[in-house]
Amino acid sequence: MNIPSSITTMLAGILLTLISIWVGQNHGLMPVQASEAAPLIDGLFNTMMTIGTGLFLLVMGVILVAVFKFRRQPGDETDGSPVHGNIPLEILWTSIPAVIVLGLAIYSFEVYTQIGGLNPMEHSVAHGQPTHQMAHMSGAAIAAPLPSSEAEGRQTLVADAASDGIQAEGAIPGGVIQKEDGSETSITPGVGSMPGAKDPSKEFVIQANGLQYAWIFTYPDSGVVAGELHVPVGREVLLNISASDVIHAFWVPEFRLKQDAVPGQPTELRFTPNRIGEYPVICAELCGPYHGAMRTKVIAESPADFAAWVEEQKVASADGLEQALAVNPAAKAPDEFLAPYVDRLGIQPEMLHQLHSEAEKASHHVSAS
Amino acid sequence: MTQAQLQETANLPAHGSEPSGNHWRTYFSFSTDHKVIGIQYLVTTFIFYLIGGALATAVRTELATPEVDFVSREVYNSLFTVHATVMIFLWIVPATTGGFGNYLVPLLIGARDMAFPRLNALAFWMIPPAGILLLSSFFVGAPGAGWTSYPPLSLVTDQAGEAIWILSVLLLGTSSILAAINFIVTIFKMRIAGMGFNQMPLFCWAMLATSTLALLATPVLAGALILLAFDLLVGTAFFNPAGGGNPIVYQHMFWFYSHPAVYIMILPVFGMISEILPVHARKPIFGYKAIAYSSLAICFLGLIVWAHHMFTSGTPPWLRMFFMITTMVIAVPTGIKVFSWLATIWGGKIRLNSAMLFALGFLSMFVIGGISGVMVAAVPFDIHVHDTYFIVAHIHYVLFGGSVFGLYAGFYHWFPKMTGRMLNETWGQVHFWLNLVGFNLAFLPMHKLGLEGMNRRIAEYEPRFAFLNLICSIGAYILAVSTIPFIVNVIWSWMYGPKAGDNPWKGLTLEWMTSSPPPVENFDADPVLATGPYDYGFGDRATPVNVMFSDSRDPALAAGPNSALRADPDPAVAVSPDDRV
Repeated sequence: MNIPSSITTMLAGILLTLISIWVGQNHGLMPVQASEAAPLIDGLFNTMMTIGTGLFLLVMGVILVAVFKFRRQPGDETDGSPVHGNIPLEILWTSIPAVIVLGLAIYSFEVYTQIGGLNPMEHSVAHGQPTHQMAHMSGAAIAAPLPSSEAEGRQTLVADAASDGIQAEGAIPGGVIQKEDGSETSITPGVGSMPGAKDPSKEFVIQANGLQYAWIFTYPDSGVVAGELHVPVGREVLLNISASDVIHAFWVPEFRLKQDAVPGQPTELRFTPNRIGEYPVICAELCGPYHGAMRTKVIAESPADFAAWVEEQKVASADGLEQALAVNPAAKAPDEFLAPYVDRLGIQPEMLHQLHSEAEKASHHVSAS
Repeated sequence: MTQAQLQETANLPAHGSEPSGNHWRTYFSFSTDHKVIGIQYLVTTFIFYLIGGALATAVRTELATPEVDFVSREVYNSLFTVHATVMIFLWIVPATTGGFGNYLVPLLIGARDMAFPRLNALAFWMIPPAGILLLSSFFVGAPGAGWTSYPPLSLVTDQAGEAIWILSVLLLGTSSILAAINFIVTIFKMRIAGMGFNQMPLFCWAMLATSTLALLATPVLAGALILLAFDLLVGTAFFNPAGGGNPIVYQHMFWFYSHPAVYIMILPVFGMISEILPVHARKPIFGYKAIAYSSLAICFLGLIVWAHHMFTSGTPPWLRMFFMITTMVIAVPTGIKVFSWLATIWGGKIRLNSAMLFALGFLSMFVIGGISGVMVAAVPFDIHVHDTYFIVAHIHYVLFGGSVFGLYAGFYHWFPKMTGRMLNETWGQVHFWLNLVGFNLAFLPMHKLGLEGMNRRIAEYEPRFAFLNLICSIGAYILAVSTIPFIVNVIWSWMYGPKAGDNPWKGLTLEWMTSSPPPVENFDADPVLATGPYDYGFGDRATPVNVMFSDSRDPALAAGPNSALRADPDPAVAVSPDDRV
């Protein structure tokens, strides 16, 4: 039976469209959706997957048909037909992709706006007065950890691997740094000074500090410091991200969101978790040999569970904090702080006194002569 | 008389009288013959390809299991850093531009050599020392900050290795700039009489676009690396936040070169494909001008898309939007090329030999890389997949599925011209199928890994990714093994292969109009263009062929009889009464 080529072409086109649409909806490539932004991004991906599948099948179909249908017969030394162009066809395959990418650009723009990408606050935080930020950061957070960053990072890693007690052990040195960071971020012009952007009372602010090779999350509301990120579902979280040593990136695949943590340049990420569960927090920017081990988890829980967790942390960290203060050198007078060390050296006050007076005598002699 | 015979007859006076019998020592000397330099480039870079491939195999061996059990984490980071640097700066860039560019451009335009032969040799001889320097960094702790070498990480890990990396890439960049100047002058000044820009073979157009990119972008990389070297060695703080520097500025400068670098690696391959397809499909290239000018469009657009590598770096939203749109627009000129190639093979008389298989393999694999490229251009999606295995899959579909498949097509196509002998066809096909299967096993599953949550540049990963990673590693081993038939085939054929003759593929471009291998200075007299470079089938043909969709007035192509897309008005419904019958 001889079927006209226009009919086979049409049938192939319909089949290709159906397969593309089916693949676009059923590829099953994405992890679960756990934030408000995830379905929007997946929708965009599904659309691109549909178009991409169609295009790939079209190209492969043309190649395969050409290879089988237009193969040179043995002994045929002649050339093919001298077709060297077709202006309408070329206009067609220039304009259709142009329209498609334009549509994709508009769609992406729309999704980007919906997930809060064009929020002016982000702009002001990420780019508002970087020099001012750096002047503060260099003293507080960067200069200190850089020389010892690797050793400190490994300690934290060990603590992380050993137990869940990271909040009590590993987090405290980082937490102190982070508190200073946090207070600085909060005085950055821009945060809280954008009345029209979003209702500031609704969003839940958390500080995230990346260092080799852990994340330290600080809750300014309650003062809780944790190595895992606990968030209440259904509430917009504003994550103020900073880095202490090198560039890191905060990524939660289930939220479909990622933001680099750049030393000296605070960035921020907004998301609204909407599915209770535990999801990995992954560092997505190469940060050193243990980059692959720099992971923790985000625990999205109901507001009640979250409040209970915060209370628990407050109680747990109360003792820890006092202990920390007890050894905090900045809180003591120099005498008080040095006393135990002097003891350990076996130096007695009398001896010092004696030495002092002898030295004084000697100096008198010198000045007299 | 076929077109090929016509062109050959017209060029009999130009035909090289005797094939050059280069002594093997010539290839180790400071020769200024562009063909010797081209082969020097190809052999040297292929050796570096094997080294880079060995590093990749080591990376995949480590990743075959979720634990860190093959090399230490520090060594792992050095492995992928040096792998990427070798593959980009010592294999694809010098093999496509230096290797095939040097060998082919003078022959294709009928010139006797490049415009600056000594500069040409100098550009080549910078490559082996720079490559050995880079590899020697393994003795002092190889660089481990990724080939992107972002500060501040690159300032605090393996400083000696990092300094060596900077020096090596600076040398390779210099070599690339020198080669680019040479190509531009050669193409502008040394074409034979009668060959205008629009009669140039498309590979020359591609090399013109590539060289322009290399010339404009490479100095910016050099600037970034020199500043990075100051930060690293002298203690300045251009990019070091500890001293008030800005690490994001480095990223801008780095990607201002390194995105165009992708086009430096793929445009010459586009050019090679445009040469190979018409010869083996026995059909003119479809839409010569569209392909030629789309190279220039890609060259221009390629310079204004760099920040799409930085969508998560804390770039302002308007900047993300601008770079998203420019990046997506590149799909249009690239699509023009792909569709034109498809139309070129449509209705031809395809010789499905190794060169053609690799060219068609290039087309299929590059399309996947192009589609995922448009996907990652979309900011919201890129925010999810940035720095994941999805990106690893994407770059390998572009650079391996694209550039390396194209390079292999070039090797199979021009080997008879370079050596005067034919490659073995059976082993060529074995090579192709092993390559295709291994490549897809190694890189297709990475798309899913990345989307599911596997980030790149890690030595250890979650056990739930173990199965797909094992498949990737098996694919990588097949890929490694697939080079063996190629190497054996090349060495054996170079020594004992059957003689190729001057024009084994019956091509029309000028390199086939002289002896194989061509003599020193290529032609005895200036060659002439009796036919255009792609005028297959224009002469008398024994049997007219009926090819569907080859008539531009076909309503199926022109969207109906009164469509604006029609070239000619339809006599029945034409707007102007003069056109009606």
